[in-house]
Amino acid sequence: MDNLEIAKELQILSGVNPRKCMRCGKCSGTCPAYDQMEYHPHQFVNMVETGKIEKLLASDSFYACLSCFACVERCPRGVEPANIVEAVRLWKIRQQDQNHLHPEQIPELLDENLPQQAIVSAFRKYKK
Amino acid sequence: MQRIGVFVCHCGTNIAATVDVKKVCEVLKDEPGVVYTQDYQYMCSESGQNLIKDAIKEHNLTGVVVCSCSPRMHEATFRKAVQSVGLNPYMLEVANIREQCSWIHKNVEEATEKAVILGRAAIAKVHLNAPLVAGQTPVTKRALVIGGGIAGIQCALDIADAGYQVDIVEKEPTVGGKMTKIDKTFPTLDCSSCILTPKMVDVAQNENIKIYSYSEVESVKGFVGNFTVGIKRKARYVKEDICTGCGLCTEKCPQKKVPNDYNLGLDTKRAIYIPFAQAVPKVATIDPNYCTMMKTGKCGICSKVCSAGAIDYTQKDEIIEEQYGAIVVATGYNPIKLDAYEEFGYSQSPDVVTSLEFERLMSASGPNGGHLVRPSDHKEPKTIVFIQCVGSRSTTECGKPYCSKICCMYTCKHAMLCREKYPDTEVYVFYIDVRTPGKNYDEFFRRAVEEYNVHYIKGMVGKVAPSGDKLKVQASDLLNNEQLHIDADMVVLAAAIEADKSARPLATLLTASMDTNDFFTEAHAKLRPVESPTAGVFLAGCAQGPKDIPETVTQAGACASKVIGLLAKDHLVGNPCVAHPDEMMCNGCSTCANVCPYGAITYENKDFSRRKDGSMMRRVAQVNPAVCQGCGCCTVACPSGAMDLYGFSTKQIMAEVDAICK
Repeated sequence: MDNLEIAKELQILSGVNPRKCMRCGKCSGTCPAYDQMEYHPHQFVNMVETGKIEKLLASDSFYACLSCFACVERCPRGVEPANIVEAVRLWKIRQQDQNHLHPEQIPELLDENLPQQAIVSAFRKYKK
Repeated sequence: MQRIGVFVCHCGTNIAATVDVKKVCEVLKDEPGVVYTQDYQYMCSESGQNLIKDAIKEHNLTGVVVCSCSPRMHEATFRKAVQSVGLNPYMLEVANIREQCSWIHKNVEEATEKAVILGRAAIAKVHLNAPLVAGQTPVTKRALVIGGGIAGIQCALDIADAGYQVDIVEKEPTVGGKMTKIDKTFPTLDCSSCILTPKMVDVAQNENIKIYSYSEVESVKGFVGNFTVGIKRKARYVKEDICTGCGLCTEKCPQKKVPNDYNLGLDTKRAIYIPFAQAVPKVATIDPNYCTMMKTGKCGICSKVCSAGAIDYTQKDEIIEEQYGAIVVATGYNPIKLDAYEEFGYSQSPDVVTSLEFERLMSASGPNGGHLVRPSDHKEPKTIVFIQCVGSRSTTECGKPYCSKICCMYTCKHAMLCREKYPDTEVYVFYIDVRTPGKNYDEFFRRAVEEYNVHYIKGMVGKVAPSGDKLKVQASDLLNNEQLHIDADMVVLAAAIEADKSARPLATLLTASMDTNDFFTEAHAKLRPVESPTAGVFLAGCAQGPKDIPETVTQAGACASKVIGLLAKDHLVGNPCVAHPDEMMCNGCSTCANVCPYGAITYENKDFSRRKDGSMMRRVAQVNPAVCQGCGCCTVACPSGAMDLYGFSTKQIMAEVDAICK
């Protein structure tokens, strides 16, 4: 899968159309986990739009997202950046185990920096 | 049998490149009734028109079909041409083989076939055409301007200047509108009142202009040239013709706790008030919701101190009826309510204000005499954050999808004035884009950055949290890719603007169309920008869309010229393609009247008895041909098929369909 295809997949997974973004930066202005991130919500959106997602996938930035959905709530264009973060997490996890997740594996996947909600969400959306 | 001539236009290559015009002529020549065909490079040119005229004379044509562009473009041109040689103009039909054929197709063969079919349909229709004569209606030479802001004022002055009478209906106690609340105007920074109040005085003194202040339009009947408008004059409990505007009552009234809407509730006024010193008309008004006398029957101080005896607590709303030939809609705008934007803390802190409130705080006629202090503790703010696009360009429920257009410039003005008057203040402006098209506008913006050192930051504020006596502002700086935290003393929100709430019900009264944002739509976005599609209704100012003062004044002037053009006519020639009922088939069910967007249909009880002794009264539909626009809604709605349109009869349309499906 090349980067553009991954970006496309992420758009489908998240249901987000990044072209709706008007680059106001309110998501990054509102994000409480901004300082923990190497890349920031507005960059996630742009990276998925342009297909430049190598850096995004290599970075831990999206694990810093608390899934508080403030960016989703406040985005004036309804872009829903937090849903992109969800999709990236999901995509990452799916790569690790051929698209399968077993409940008994969860404990060993846990990381103390990983928000619990991320695991719950990932489990909910995981292909069974 | 009609003798029909068919004329096929090349329109340069517009048509001829995709449609084989020679072949179209060839095929249509054999249609029944066609006695002459001709193609030409530009049928609308003078020589092209002459071709048609000569053919009519030479071949005694009784009907003409022109295969060319949309009838919107040149139907009037060709109708005039055939009329000049004695043919009834309604014996001409235009087959649109450009917009609906050559422009949208690539394949020559298919496009040619379609052009032939369209021509055939027009020929089938002409066979059933009958000569029509347009009626005439007189014009009432007086205009009504709804809304007395700068748009209404300018429009009324221009119409009055041409010698016509104008009435202004303004719902507030004074004319002047939003401009009275503005401190300075961009890009020249001249004082808003100084340029507006002379115009308000002109309006008051002009013999041709009558102001109905504190009044609203209640009903609209009639049609272009002949509107009858009911105007509700709300009770102000002060006799307008007797009050001298001395203002003594407003000083003596003991009820001091009335929110002052002139200052947007930032201070208070008395229960009897004159909105501001330069109000026109300068007459006091009592707010019955706060007046002790009106509520409890005890007080009456204003009445006692009024030496003119103008106070009348028993005054009632009054409805008057007036006749007008033209109506101008200039109902203006308001900033949107910001209650839904919790993240900006507008309802949590008095120091978070809208830009219009900021105007009042900066204004010499404002609550603090123009000394900028925080509403909470009356201290001078040292750090001010301006946030743009609050609710504008937003597809969310609480926002507006459009750009409010004026915010970039007024925010720039506010920032500049702050730095000018209080140089030790730090001023930040958060922007998504800075949009400053307009004469001297971008130069103005650059001056704010370069000379006044206003900090313009590309990014948006995410959160404003009151904390102690500070407002903690969290925002993104997109160019530096960092999140900023600013301790601000004041935050100013550039709220989106929306059409005034009175516009929607007014549009219903006028049967004028609006867009989804409640702005009035124009008859043509580019070529008829100040006319509503409803004949006789004209648009000025923000009622049509967000715009600044120079643009509003320009549009108001354009609007006045259109009104003057209408009022200058003694008679209006109507459109003969109107609906008419077959009274024998009509059963008086009212379906047609309910669907008519123009209110053209009424009912009459008519005697249909044939003998003298008995009577057979039936309720039947009547169409006022002067009001009917020929839209045809009634003809499809009528369950008994009693309604039909001249020029577009059901028979004619079916003949066209038959010709197409042949």
